[in-house]
Formats: sequence, C-alpha cells, structure tokens
Amino acid sequence: MKTCIQNGRLIDPQSKMDQVNDLFLADGKIVAIGVRPDGFADCQRIDATGLIVCPGLIDLAARLREPGLEYMATLESEQEAAVAGGVTSLACPPDTDPPLDEPGLVEMLKHRARNLDRAQVYPVGALTQGLEGERLTEMAELRDAGCIAFSQADAPIANLHVLMRAMQYAATFGFKVWLRPQDHHLANHGVAHEGEVATRLGLPIISVSAETIALANILALMKETGASVHFCRISSAAGVAMLRAAKQQGLSLTCDVAIHHVHLIDMDIGFFDTNCRLIPPLRSFEDREALRAGLLDGTIDAICSDHAPIDDDAKLVPFAQAEPGATGLELLLPLTLKWAREARLPLIEALGRITNRPARILGIEDGRLIPDGRADLCVFDPEQDRVITAQTLKSLGKNTPFIGTELCGQVKFTFIAGHLVYRG
Amino acid sequence: MSRHPQLNASGELRHLLTTEGLSATILQQILDTAESFVGVTERDVKKIPLLRGKSVFNLFFEPSTRTRTTFEIAAKRLSADVINLNMAVSSQTKGETLLDTVNNLAAMHADIFVVRHNLSGAAHLIARHVRPEIHVINAGDGWHAHPTQALLDMFTIRRYKQDFHALRVAIVGDVLHSRVARSQIHALTTLGVPEIRVIAPKTLLPAKIERLGVHVYHDMSQGLKDVDVLMMLRLQHERMQSAHLPSSEEYFKYYGLTPHKLALAKADAIVLHPGPMNRGVEIDSDVADGPQSVILPQVNFGIAVRMAVMSILAGAQS
Repeated sequence: MKTCIQNGRLIDPQSKMDQVNDLFLADGKIVAIGVRPDGFADCQRIDATGLIVCPGLIDLAARLREPGLEYMATLESEQEAAVAGGVTSLACPPDTDPPLDEPGLVEMLKHRARNLDRAQVYPVGALTQGLEGERLTEMAELRDAGCIAFSQADAPIANLHVLMRAMQYAATFGFKVWLRPQDHHLANHGVAHEGEVATRLGLPIISVSAETIALANILALMKETGASVHFCRISSAAGVAMLRAAKQQGLSLTCDVAIHHVHLIDMDIGFFDTNCRLIPPLRSFEDREALRAGLLDGTIDAICSDHAPIDDDAKLVPFAQAEPGATGLELLLPLTLKWAREARLPLIEALGRITNRPARILGIEDGRLIPDGRADLCVFDPEQDRVITAQTLKSLGKNTPFIGTELCGQVKFTFIAGHLVYRG
Repeated sequence: MSRHPQLNASGELRHLLTTEGLSATILQQILDTAESFVGVTERDVKKIPLLRGKSVFNLFFEPSTRTRTTFEIAAKRLSADVINLNMAVSSQTKGETLLDTVNNLAAMHADIFVVRHNLSGAAHLIARHVRPEIHVINAGDGWHAHPTQALLDMFTIRRYKQDFHALRVAIVGDVLHSRVARSQIHALTTLGVPEIRVIAPKTLLPAKIERLGVHVYHDMSQGLKDVDVLMMLRLQHERMQSAHLPSSEEYFKYYGLTPHKLALAKADAIVLHPGPMNRGVEIDSDVADGPQSVILPQVNFGIAVRMAVMSILAGAQS
C-alpha cells in the first residue's frame, strides 16, 4: 500500500525538521519527503492541511494488563487506546499477574501484540522473580524473549544487597535497569505527599526523602556496579536536583516523568478525588515547577503516560484504598501540548519528549521522520479541542483526573508501518 | 470543584462531613439549636417528635460504643427509628464494597446515615453517591474529621467561656492521627478563637500543621501557659509499636496532663477530652475528676449537639 500524506506540517525532533510538505509511504516505510517518487500516481491520499505530522509517540510506561488483569483492561482495548492517542510504540512494565519474570510470558505477550498489528510492544522484564525483590530473574533469557530492560515496576527491593547484585548482573550483559526510586520503609503505606493537603485530609504520607534516599542509594550503586539506570517517574524538586548533578558528573542515566505530574499537584486531590491517587504521589506546586524545569533543561529526558487503566469499582472506595494510577495513553499528546503552550516551548521541542528521546531510552530506531525509516506516524490537529469523557476514551480505564476537562490536540490519523490503523 | 460537598445549592447543610469550610453562621446555628435541646435531655419525658417516621442508620465500620450510643440516644429522643449496623463484622468481611452496602441500606428507606469508618474520606465517598434525599453524618473517618465531636467541644467551650474571640486554646497530644484535632482546629478558627496551640512531640504532628492556623509547641510548660481551654487527645497504644513514641510512661511524664502542669494554665481554665480516656497516659485522674474537668458534661452535650445536627439536616432541602 502506498500512501501520500499531503501538505502537512512535518515535525521531526530528531533531525530538527519543521516544514510543510508531502510525505510518501510505501512498504511500511517513509520513502520520500517533498519530492514524489515514481509509482505514487494512484496511492492513498491523506489531506493533512492544517495538521501536524510527527513520528508516532513512544510511551515508556503503559500497562496493558495482560497477562492476568483482564478485568481492568485487555490488550485489544489498550492497543486501540494507544493508536487513538497516536502512540505507536510502548514499553509495558512487568507488573502483570503473574509478573513478566519468565520468557514464556514475554513471548506470549509479544505474540499477542504482534497479531493485533497495533502499537509495537516492548516488554520490560521483572528484575527479580515475582517482583519479590529477593532472587534474580533469568535476564539474558528474558532479553532473548524480547525484554528491552529490567525493572521492579512499583514493587520494592527492600534489600540493597539484592539491588546491588541485580544491577551488577544486568551490567554484565549491558542491560538497562529501570527503577522508580522510592524507599519502601519510608513510604510506609503512604498515599499522599507530605504537605498541607495530606495534613488537612488526614492521609498517610510519602515524604520526599522516600524518593531522595532511594535515589542516593541507586546512584551510589551505579558508581560501584557500572550499571546503566533509567529513573522512572521522578516526582520531587529534590530528586530532580540530584539527577541533574549526577548527569553533570557523567553517570550513565536517563529519566522520565509521568504526564500527570507535569500538570497536577496535591491540591488537585480536592475532596478525596481517587483519580488523583497516583504513584508516586502528586506533590507540591514547587515540585511540579522543578519537574517542568528539569524537562526544559534536559535533566528529565522523556514524558510517559504512566497509563494504568483501572475498573471503576477499584476507584469507588476511600482514597487510601483506591487502586493507584490513571489512564493516560490518550492524554499523553494533548497534555504534552498543554505543557508546551504553558511553558512557551516550540512544538518541536515538546514533541521530542514523547518521540525520539524515549526511543533513545528504549534503544530503538523509531521515533523519527526520515527516508527509509519505519512509517510509524501520528497526524494530529493541534487546535481541535474536545472534552475528555468516559465515552471518548477507548481505554477500558476511564480513571483520569482530567475527566470533564477540555483539552487541545486531536489525533486524526495514526499509521503503523505504513498502515492507517486509526482515523479520528 | 464548585460548592462544598456538604452544602446544598442554597448553601444549607445537606450532610455533615467536616467542620472545614462551614461558615461561623452554620456552626452557631448548630450550637444554638443544641442549646434548645439541652433542656429536653433533662426533662422527664425526653422525647420530641421532630424526626417521627424517619429512619436513622448507624453504620459503624469501625468499633465504637460511646459515639454510636450517643447518636442512638439523640435519634431516639427526636422520635426517629434507629437501626444499628456493626459493619466491622458484617458485609465488609464478605467482600461487599462500601458503596454496595450503602446502596442496599438506602433501598430500605433510610433518611440519615451516621457513618464511622477507619479510612479518611469514607463519609465523603458515601455522601457523593447516596440518593439526594439521604443525609450523611460523619461520625469519624480515619484521621480526617469527626465534626460532631468538635461541635460538642465548641458547645462545651461556649457554655463555660462564652466569647470565642477572647480565648487561648491548647490541643494536646496525638494530632497526627487525630480526626478530632483536625475538626476542632477548623471549628475554633472559624468561630474566631485568636490563639490556638498544638502541643505534641514532633512524631505526633503532621507536616505544615501551622498552615491550619495553629501555633506549634513541643513543651507543655510553654504551651500551656495562660491558656483558657485545654483539649486533650487520646493516645492509642499502637503508637509505641510504630516508632512514634518510646513508652506511655515517658509520654505521660512529658505530655500527660497532671495538676502540676494544669497549674500553668489560667486558674479558671477548663479541661476537655473526647474519650475514652487513658488515665495515667494522657491525663492524670486528679485532673480528669478534678474541678476544672468538663469531661462528663461534654458527654451530655454530645447528645444535644447530635440532636441538633440531625434535626437541621432533616429540615434542609435535598
């Protein structure tokens, strides 16, 4: 199938291209920009006048809930959500049931995802068996099965000796370790940032030190083991400052932030809104400003959706009992655009945080618009706004603090390997 | 988030979930109404027909004897039918969700739910999901709020001290885990108390508590100086297991209210306690049973205040 996307504003953060032009796709690839190659006389034509054509989004954290948690969502539903959000590649954390700690589970997931022919799925394998933080998984086997990195998801490794060995072992093979820094004992079943809101509402807290102490431990172990670490979902100003300093020292690390934390703070919990029950917790205004500054200066490399579809029942409970997380695949683009507008950031810069930069963290070639590159594309209208409702979301998870909010940025077409898989 | 979830479109009380965000007018209205009920509780015939034909469901997801009983007495004095449900050993252990339970009970034509739960926000959750004609009274949710306790404390203070605008009040003890303290602080600030102190070791104070309008003290000898009202908080025994405190003996030595420490307050200072008391932990028996203690009158006023809240809610438009 040959396709010509006509007259769109082509934005490629990797090559710094930002121009209105035609894009030609054939055999799953981009074959030309601007100049029409031979054989495109009667191709599929997409009018992209007034629209932006950029690489398909790459999401570093999207839970598809398979295997085992199909009552929350299914691979089918969440893959539809991904392409509706312009997401064409995604990394899924190992916190499934059972966790992704055996090659067979990973192969099955890859197989199921391939058959659906939607977003490319990059499993992150469990770092320890059962995510229990005690015994190492067969990382090399898991890599051969398709894992691109290893993580504990949100499960703790209370024993630092185990963490040290896991990092050492991963470093042996050059595998990346993805860690969300949080000290298990300091977090102590907390559910909200230590601040005025938690004090008023009487909610158990997670202090900033739960993040910074875990960060300090991991940074020290990185120096000792030579492991390469990706830090997931940083939440605090102090955490950003530590990562900035560590990067300046030349440590091999990258870092992401969840899109919710770029916009929301603990005040948004309001009267116990369980959609704001997130991991890590929403922190203060000052923390949010530091996260934004970290994104601008490159301390934070990428924005992820931290997609966590949850059934209504698990949110219709008292705040501390609510399943943590928010649906995000379909909000990643509009919320990134909202941040760009508020930060007065050129679109090409903002899109880099959800395309080529996360691609680099995944170690994949995608996330760019270049001739001969894979034709994974997101075509969107940056001006069209819509109210986020349960009905408009394809994800089975309707749990988002942004329900009822009007957001700008509507995906019109999503291409995967040159196939039009979504039309908005 | 537009209007407060406990008010209706006319700004009247529809549920009582917290003292935070309630106007001084509404607080005074409750206290004034309670004043008119104090006489009722002292009469021979203690019933008035204000809630005749109405059903009050006591939903206690956490064990409680005192609060549940005072709500029951209050409802009965207003001639309501009272159904007590001890949810701690009922449907919750059978896996039914909180809202399922509440919806099932609502179908039995409840008019007022009195809810006690061990998690903050439970009463808000129920209030948000019940049918509009049902009123919810929070009888304590987690560490968040216990508005009727705070209101009966305000009633007690007003009885003995009249003018809130001339008072210095100290709240002593485990503020961190106390729904009573939070509700007291909001009520006291709204009613115009110019100086509210909290006195506790750092392990028992939540972050930025001063943002609620209180002054923080860690030393009883400074914190109690010249106060008019002492509001003692109950200390749970599990605080010693969770590394908040080393022992109840050391706590009593530094933060327990003894006659010696009470002497630092004004000579006519009054002492309140929400009960049940731990004698020899947060309060000495000589103080608890002494002339400055208003702990027993508090219990009696609690019935009048709960009658007031129920009658006001029943009169509000849904």
